[in-house]
Amino acid sequence: MAEELLLTPLYERHLALGGRLVPFAGWNMPVHYSEGILAEHRHCRSAAALFDICHMGEFRLSGAGAAADLDRVMARAVQNQGIGSCRYNFLLNEQGGILDDLIVYRLAEEEFYLVVNAGCRDTDRAWLQKQLSADTVLLDESDTTAKLDLQGPAAAQVLQELGVAAELLPAHFRWNKLSLLGVDLLISRTGYTGELGYELYFEAEMAVKLWDALLQHPSVKPAGLGARDTLRLEMGYPLYGHEMDESINPVELGYAAMLKLDAEREFIGKQALAAKPKKQLVALQLESKRAARPGMALLFQGVQIGQVSSGALAPSLETAVALALVSTEAELPEAASLEIDTGRARLPAKLCQLPFYKKGSLKNKV
Amino acid sequence: MKLYAKTHEWVQVENGIATLGISEFAAEELGDVTYIEMPALDEKFAAGDIFGSVESVKAASDLFCPIGGSICEINEELEDEPALLNQSAEDQGWICKLEKINESDLSALMSLEEYLAFVRE
Repeated sequence: MAEELLLTPLYERHLALGGRLVPFAGWNMPVHYSEGILAEHRHCRSAAALFDICHMGEFRLSGAGAAADLDRVMARAVQNQGIGSCRYNFLLNEQGGILDDLIVYRLAEEEFYLVVNAGCRDTDRAWLQKQLSADTVLLDESDTTAKLDLQGPAAAQVLQELGVAAELLPAHFRWNKLSLLGVDLLISRTGYTGELGYELYFEAEMAVKLWDALLQHPSVKPAGLGARDTLRLEMGYPLYGHEMDESINPVELGYAAMLKLDAEREFIGKQALAAKPKKQLVALQLESKRAARPGMALLFQGVQIGQVSSGALAPSLETAVALALVSTEAELPEAASLEIDTGRARLPAKLCQLPFYKKGSLKNKV
Repeated sequence: MKLYAKTHEWVQVENGIATLGISEFAAEELGDVTYIEMPALDEKFAAGDIFGSVESVKAASDLFCPIGGSICEINEELEDEPALLNQSAEDQGWICKLEKINESDLSALMSLEEYLAFVRE
């Protein structure tokens, strides 16, 4: 018998909005609403989209040794992270394999907030608890925390029109605490779309209230996980379970510079990262709207060199794009012409640079 | 009269020519259709053969031929505008036509009532 799917506090709202619900990481989540993925994608690029992200996990870590502990278990440094900042990071196993990708918020000198993937929450918590020193406290606040993502060029304007002072809105990869319609929020200027946008964390009981209030704004429409996926794909952002799992390390994923491996800091998995990368992530531009799908073989001069990890029509580009993991043995010239084997046909694809979509409002001034 | 396959294709035979498409139910399930892989003209299929695929943003689904025959026409308008399939799956969104059909294959298909009962299960 299938395990029962978890529901977010907004389940009834999704049904009322014509949401099509699908299982995702143990949750019953909306993949799209009545307008469909393409319309939701475009609305996020042109106005503001609201995503229910309550399924993701939130941990609060505190203690005098918390920063040193996190420095030891995270692939990127945490000790030198300023209070008020957010940092994209990775949890690695001893072999350098990626257990999860996450964002670390430094809330105070001795207090951190970790936002983790829904499907990794239990294993992350167990792993962290095993690694932390005895005086570092980890609270899993996922069940009592709502997370809404408001993403799009109009996102800042929307929050201001709902009463948030512009100067309280955090800058890119910064967080702040503020009150929105009487609800206390942790808010960060982060996201997964390539647009100007915010991630809002607050008490789960307030989820319906804020969801409804945000959707009443004329610039805001709901968007599901389908659009979230095409939006992140257009930016080339990796997704756990597609571009990442324990069989790949962050150097292979292209994050070597970010890790500052020459620094003295030791962390779990560091030694393994010194080995020659076995694979690399590449970006592919296809010729038509016909998409490559995860698992399809990628060929160079007729020989398989890897496989597609994500692929779909990029709605902003009107053509399909894909990410693929390829062997580092393959020597690919710039803009190499490749082929994707669908089983019945071979789709031409060209190596290209990320992001696929370059006009996002991500860094717009507020 | 349209007849339906368990794999959600419909077929309508008139004067020995079979028109094929996918059901409104299937189109609704797929969501935004972005690409249709069409069969080639004169290509021959037996009932149950894969004759193409329909792609939505999220996934690609194979199309199974509900009746044996030879492709005599494809819907070029649909090829250019795959969203027609979402707007009119059982009319303007037809996919292709077959000639030299094996009419005895029709007996394995369902009426609309039977199909609707089948998808409700």
